[in-house]
Amino acid sequence: MSVSDTRAVLVQTHRAEWARVVAALTKRFGDLDIAEEAAADAFATAVERWPVDGVPPNPGAWLTTTANRKAIDRVRREHKRDDKHKEAQMLYVDEPPASLGAIDDERLRLIFTCCHPALGMDTRVALTLRMVGGLTVSEIARAFLVQETAMGQRITRAKAKIKAAGIPYRVPSAADLPRRVSGVLAVLFLVFNEGYLATGPDNDPVRHDLTAEAIRLTRLVRALLPQDGEVAGLLALMLLTEARRAARVSAGGELVTLGEQDRGSWDAALIAEGHRLVRERLAAGAAPGRYQILAAINAVHTSAPDVRDTDWSQIVALYDQLVRLDPSPIVALNRAVAVAELDGPAVALAAVDRLVDKLAGYHAYHAARADLLRRLDRGAESRAAYDKAIELAGNTAETAYLARRRDQLG
Amino acid sequence: MQYLVSVIFDETDGLATPAEMEAIDAFNDRLQAEGNWVFAGGLTAPSTATVIDNRGGEALFTDGPFVETKEYLAGFWVIEAADLDVALKLAAEGSKACNRRVEVRPFR
Repeated sequence: MSVSDTRAVLVQTHRAEWARVVAALTKRFGDLDIAEEAAADAFATAVERWPVDGVPPNPGAWLTTTANRKAIDRVRREHKRDDKHKEAQMLYVDEPPASLGAIDDERLRLIFTCCHPALGMDTRVALTLRMVGGLTVSEIARAFLVQETAMGQRITRAKAKIKAAGIPYRVPSAADLPRRVSGVLAVLFLVFNEGYLATGPDNDPVRHDLTAEAIRLTRLVRALLPQDGEVAGLLALMLLTEARRAARVSAGGELVTLGEQDRGSWDAALIAEGHRLVRERLAAGAAPGRYQILAAINAVHTSAPDVRDTDWSQIVALYDQLVRLDPSPIVALNRAVAVAELDGPAVALAAVDRLVDKLAGYHAYHAARADLLRRLDRGAESRAAYDKAIELAGNTAETAYLARRRDQLG
Repeated sequence: MQYLVSVIFDETDGLATPAEMEAIDAFNDRLQAEGNWVFAGGLTAPSTATVIDNRGGEALFTDGPFVETKEYLAGFWVIEAADLDVALKLAAEGSKACNRRVEVRPFR
């Protein structure tokens, strides 16, 4: 095997096995810190040894064995140094609940621990990317525009809290499961959106590394919880959004709206997979949650070969369903944008204007108003709304798009 | 594990109502019945506190709490719970019973 082949196997194995190794070690040693360090050591050893000794026949088993040995070495070292300290490291591990069957995968415990509601949202995101995703601290720091030392401290503090506060390493009980799953999905969606709607003047408008990582982790959760409708819904939503990535930003770095995108450059395979998931959920016949409805809206958009073929009445009906579940002003805003296509910009503008109290600080509110005012030939008001939207928008491609639209006003 | 559940009291809250006292009693009974009870107590107003400093060899007494804030500790539970999930569930019930925010903190 050539050096580059070995390297490819290493990358692939890291992606496939990292979470499994960390999860197995956490279960055995009852300590995330030991697990993380030993897993990292094992992969570092693989990077050293595999190009020389060759790739072992079962890379995953080799890594788990090596990591176990590293962890035992560390525990022994600390045992010699300080018995009490070692005792504290060997935090108790909950016995596996008897009835969970297929979903009692160790990686699932790891995910639920990293996304525990007693941790702050930023912390959950960082911990999930590190422990489950296997990203390095510096990669996570770069992704969220935070100093590496600050990100390192955030993760260290989180591990310390998990240990000291007794956050359990287990899959929540059936009664708590839906709420806790929705907490996990919120973390994954945040990672995806941070990639999809990247903010910051010096940032790329779309951060493919983050969207890809979010999709990979959501696929993992989907594999572990195949019956959960919202997991399927979120995966479908991400796939149908990611499918349009190439079409979403022009060569000049400007945002391209859904209506203006070259639909031929959408990723047909991702769309087909997303549609399959949406159909699967429709066939299940269960009342859909938020992510399933958002996925269905995206399925309608991506089913239209041309923007003029879009079934807007279907989209508005789906938004009506979403409003009943989530009566937030942002959902109302998105619904109004769809209403413009069905009932015209005047009706939509009236609905948008009703949201002023809640959304006056949100760029998309002003961008939507600007577009509707433009279509109603109210140029001066439209220009003022574009100005406000540009002032508030954080995404470089979006700012460029809004500025062009404003400058095209007569 | 043992956890301290602190009851956070806001100046604007006023004293516990009879209904709140009754709910707290019922919650305490449950903690005892289910083996989560270690200890609990309610505190008088911070203005009744005295700060003692005996680091210098002679004890100095200062009238009043060590820090003046709008929010202060009004009472607490010490509970025994298998893990944080159990502690959080009990604390949520405690918050409902006393009708105040509570903070959960593990003992070392």
